[in-house]
Amino acid sequence: MSLAALVRRNKQYDFWFSVISIMCVLFSLLALTTLLLDLALEGIPRLSLNFLISFPSRFADKAGILSAWVGTFWVMFITAFISIPLGILSGLYLEEYAPKNKLTQFIEINISNLSAVPSIIFGLMALGIFVHSLHLGQSLLTAGLTLSLLILPIIIVATREAVRAIPTSIREASYALGATQWQTVKHHILPYSFGGIATGVIIALSRAIGETAPLITVGALTFIAFLPHSFMDPFTVLPIQLFNWISRPQAEFHVNAAGAGVILLTLTLLMNAVAIIIRYRVRKKITW
Amino acid sequence: MVTTFKAQVQNLHFYYGTVEALKNISISIQEKKVTAMIGPSGCGKTTLLRCFNRMHDLYPGNRYEGEITLYPEGKNILDPKVDPIELRMRIGMVFQKPNPFPKSIYENVAYGLRVRGITQKSIIGEKVEESLRYAALWDEVKDRLYHLASNLSGGQQQRLCIARTLAIDPEIILFDEPTSALDPTATQKIEELMETLKEKYTIITVTHNMQQAARVSDYTAFFYLGELIEFDKTENIFTNPKVKKTEEYITGRFG
Repeated sequence: MSLAALVRRNKQYDFWFSVISIMCVLFSLLALTTLLLDLALEGIPRLSLNFLISFPSRFADKAGILSAWVGTFWVMFITAFISIPLGILSGLYLEEYAPKNKLTQFIEINISNLSAVPSIIFGLMALGIFVHSLHLGQSLLTAGLTLSLLILPIIIVATREAVRAIPTSIREASYALGATQWQTVKHHILPYSFGGIATGVIIALSRAIGETAPLITVGALTFIAFLPHSFMDPFTVLPIQLFNWISRPQAEFHVNAAGAGVILLTLTLLMNAVAIIIRYRVRKKITW
Repeated sequence: MVTTFKAQVQNLHFYYGTVEALKNISISIQEKKVTAMIGPSGCGKTTLLRCFNRMHDLYPGNRYEGEITLYPEGKNILDPKVDPIELRMRIGMVFQKPNPFPKSIYENVAYGLRVRGITQKSIIGEKVEESLRYAALWDEVKDRLYHLASNLSGGQQQRLCIARTLAIDPEIILFDEPTSALDPTATQKIEELMETLKEKYTIITVTHNMQQAARVSDYTAFFYLGELIEFDKTENIFTNPKVKKTEEYITGRFG
């Protein structure tokens, strides 16, 4: 066989491999677009001011997502309030302060394991601890605490990775000028890892916002016709409202579910967009 | 010529865990002179340099034995009672690779002052200009003090790091192979700078480059496998070394 023929034959593999790859990409994109389009086509026409400011109702056309989005807002508020400081400080401690020994290694492995635990397990644990032992009830606070635990490992791991990315030479430069550990952390470690940490936090929160299983486990209600007055009040959230509507037989409620789905999806996409923007801007500014 | 000691190393041993990286080193550092430390990789020259500002304290498992006496007060700086942070406020360091903070040029030079709790803008501004001038960088950066330091060239970044150290008025400046990441032109500028710096500061420099040691230093110490082989005036080391090992190294027979 001539060289030219050999090369031609070898190149056929190139061709077929790219064809297969493109097909795979197209398949994923197509499935995703179909889902999104289906949701959008059904849901967007349902969106109106009334949909946003109405409580759920027996009548599909009068029902709205007021209690759901307010619930989501407060649950996310509590979650963020608890998980952000806890997660960042834990990550910072483990990476910057803790001695590197067997114990911290063990903790490190287990934190990574925790982020892989199915969320319903967190729900079961929260039901046992927060609802039954601590008597916090089926409340916003319980929900916030549950989701905090769920996303804590993500924030800790993101913080550690962001902190680890700062070169030793930068730390040494700070110490060599007579800075203390706290000055080094405050002036260098935290500012330089801010982008990575913020990205991790937002990704974690956007995961929490869509969580349904653990909240159903701790007893979120599906029909709430009032707004919470305190963190101890019962609540519902968007994904649970959505789940409730979609499980009804009437087609009108399915349209409501699609409407709520569009809102939830928009929130998640917005949060991810913010994360991407932050990451991009910080990357441009911080180079070693 | 009257010379005074700025620091004296006496019977210094240093251990990374159980590995003895420095073996019984004794060496005197003259005030306002450049002392160069040369030797092949792993000979302990950088390890010794980092003893002077107790940089080794940052990592677990490191251990010093022996003394480094800092003058004029004659205190052993390796004493655990001496706070390394206080020590580092008196002894500056310039690293192998330029390592400016990802902040503005101004903030880089000002950082040492901020660490000292100086917040008055006029004082900081004055010191920043003085340091940048002394580091021969002022003319190149005076119009862009608030730009990111990372926009500077490698040589400029290294001079910025020198300015950053000068701003804290150190008594000794430690240079850890300051030109190994730079091109010849930038290297020349740093070497000229060291020449001026020794009017005011005591300089200890580690270098891989023997020509550089010959050009910039007054005293040269040759290290091999954690031991100080020979220490003398630079001209003697390079023209008339007393130990065979030194001669072999400077003539390039190993390295």
